Amino acid sequence: MIETIEQKIIAGERITFEEAVALFQDDDIHTLGKLATSVAEKKNGNRAYFIQNRHINPTNICVNRCRFCAFSRSKGEKGAFELSIDEISRKMELSPEGLREVHIVGGLHPDRAFGYYLSLLRMIKKHFPHIHIKAFTAVEVDYFSRISNLGLRDTLLSLKDSGLDAMTGGGAEIFAGNIRERLCPEKITGERWLEVHKTAHLCGIKTNATMLYGHFESYGDRIDHLVRLRKLQDLTGGFQAFIPLSYHPKNTDMGGRYPSGIDDLKTIAISRLVLDNFPHIKAYWVMLGEKLSQVALLFGADDIDGTVIEEKITHAAGAMTGEGLTKEQMINLIRKAGKIPVERDAFYKAVTVYGCRNENR
Amino acid sequence: MGVEMRIDKKTALNLLRNSDLLELGKTADGIRKDLHPDGIVTFIVDRNINYTNVCINKCRFCAFYRDPDSPEAYILKEEQLFEKIRETIHQGGTQILIQGGLHPALDLSFYTEMLKSIKKRFDINVHGFSPPEISYIAGKSGLTLRETLLILKDAGLDSIPGGGAEILSDRVRAVLSPKKIRSSEWLEVMEEAHGVGIKSTATMMFGSIEGEEDIVEHLDAIRTLQDRTGGFTAFIPWSFQPGNTEIAKQEPEVRSQKSDKNPQPATRNPQLITATAVDYLRILSLSRLYLDNIRNIQASWVTQGLKMAQAALRFGANDFGSTMIEENVVKAAGVSYRVTREDIINSIRQTGFRPAQRDTHYNIIKYF
Repeated sequence: MIETIEQKIIAGERITFEEAVALFQDDDIHTLGKLATSVAEKKNGNRAYFIQNRHINPTNICVNRCRFCAFSRSKGEKGAFELSIDEISRKMELSPEGLREVHIVGGLHPDRAFGYYLSLLRMIKKHFPHIHIKAFTAVEVDYFSRISNLGLRDTLLSLKDSGLDAMTGGGAEIFAGNIRERLCPEKITGERWLEVHKTAHLCGIKTNATMLYGHFESYGDRIDHLVRLRKLQDLTGGFQAFIPLSYHPKNTDMGGRYPSGIDDLKTIAISRLVLDNFPHIKAYWVMLGEKLSQVALLFGADDIDGTVIEEKITHAAGAMTGEGLTKEQMINLIRKAGKIPVERDAFYKAVTVYGCRNENR
Repeated sequence: MGVEMRIDKKTALNLLRNSDLLELGKTADGIRKDLHPDGIVTFIVDRNINYTNVCINKCRFCAFYRDPDSPEAYILKEEQLFEKIRETIHQGGTQILIQGGLHPALDLSFYTEMLKSIKKRFDINVHGFSPPEISYIAGKSGLTLRETLLILKDAGLDSIPGGGAEILSDRVRAVLSPKKIRSSEWLEVMEEAHGVGIKSTATMMFGSIEGEEDIVEHLDAIRTLQDRTGGFTAFIPWSFQPGNTEIAKQEPEVRSQKSDKNPQPATRNPQLITATAVDYLRILSLSRLYLDNIRNIQASWVTQGLKMAQAALRFGANDFGSTMIEENVVKAAGVSYRVTREDIINSIRQTGFRPAQRDTHYNIIKYF
């Protein structure tokens, strides 16, 4: 079957649900990687992107209790934290000079009013006007719309007005209802997640999309997830990057195992092949590890995310990576994979293109 | 590229420099499949026991050694050694890897007594003493390598680990480990060992200051010796871990000695000079292609992590190495992936292979 799929991909044709599942079942990872690379190269040439960004989690207090999450706490529970706008401002001040983007996601805080989030955005825009704000998951945006009684569209427009540049892709997990119920029973449905993103796109807000894989979903569930994203992207074109998230079992209620390195690479490659209308596939180094995310650049990924600086969520679940990487480390990883390192902004605009010294090793 | 056709140094260098990693990996994967068509990936349950950390060699990539008068210097007491072996056997272990520094106060009788005391008490394979140790012991006792090896074998030494090879290029060794035995002597110890019926493994530590030519020379030296003796059971490439080592601290000076063709910026960041994952897979694949006379290639989860070791199984490796109930040397350089036997079995199974525990000579003891 892989030969037929190969021909379709080379011809630029879209692959079907069944074909995508067949790719997962196929053993020839090297051919898969080459196919995914050919698609990535058509879209982004020999470039691989990174960004100087930092993460900020305003709080880990969350009314949801997702079973795969090791980050969330109840209010008053040991380890619970909430940052004031001043505290976030101080974190921003400590960031390195070249910072281009701040990535903000947090728990669904039971008491904080919508106004807090708008003030947070305004503070950042006022004091750090050159930094893009990529913030909030669809889950948070849906929650804001309920605590503010504004409705989805007006919630998004208020966020945008206050400085939101782009939305994150988190909270997608797996769309399939039966799996989602076991993963995160309190979380918004897959349909609602897609609706939030569709509305964001219609408001002119670019977003990312993610998929949490390697727990109890089937290959079919993964492809169903990808196909639903592909369909929405056909309609709006508002997605920038797709980021497959490799499950981390430590300290979670669900437990289980880390997906294999081979599964991680296959998932990257198949995402690249199915999501033919997504400009970028990101190998998020925090979750894959810097080694595997580098190899993923040869399996269809064109982005390894950024410097991050302070990562809390995956580390709570047993990430084996550091909490941040330096710009030099990212450039080195990309170069040694034989790609041209491109430092980007939140919208994939090139900030600096670094030379590709062919060091061969 | 035909599997039967032996590749020469020039081809190897070209593959290392210019090949598409996925093409190279696919070829290596095909060779692995031909050599091991049953889809089994093996591992050994063993423990690394370091009888002393005192070492006169003071290699610049090493974070483990201490001077004799250091407060952290130690020689393992007999009872500690036995306890470690008891634990190993209790956990299903079949081998102990005994290695240590070159301690100036220890002579041949220390080693033979240690071996005899182990063999008297335990039924376990002693995989011990890398070539620098053998050479040191021989030199101190005024015996030939062959005599020393026969005495050690007689006392209970079963097989020899491939450590201390680093890169078999004297240009690199002069910088990295000036006091350690030269390439030719490493090879000589192995040749003598194979000659007296002691099997060994071979390693290669890359990602420090070597050039591509050095890697190819290393592979070629191993292949040439294997043609003569057939005594290598496996090849284990692994990447230099710079944490807490002399060389990482003095990096800019060392870097300047690298080939001037590709000068790299001096930097204090140790992460930067290590081999990346792509380098690892490339060298692993090339090893599988080049070493057509060595049956087994080990993935190095100790230096690469489990996920990369899984990927390595599709880039030429067919063995997961040891469960390493205890490991001290790489840990001293700041790398510590904590892994259980279950983790190893599951990691192998997850990638579609059948896990099997093996002994030192790659006989299968137990399927999982």
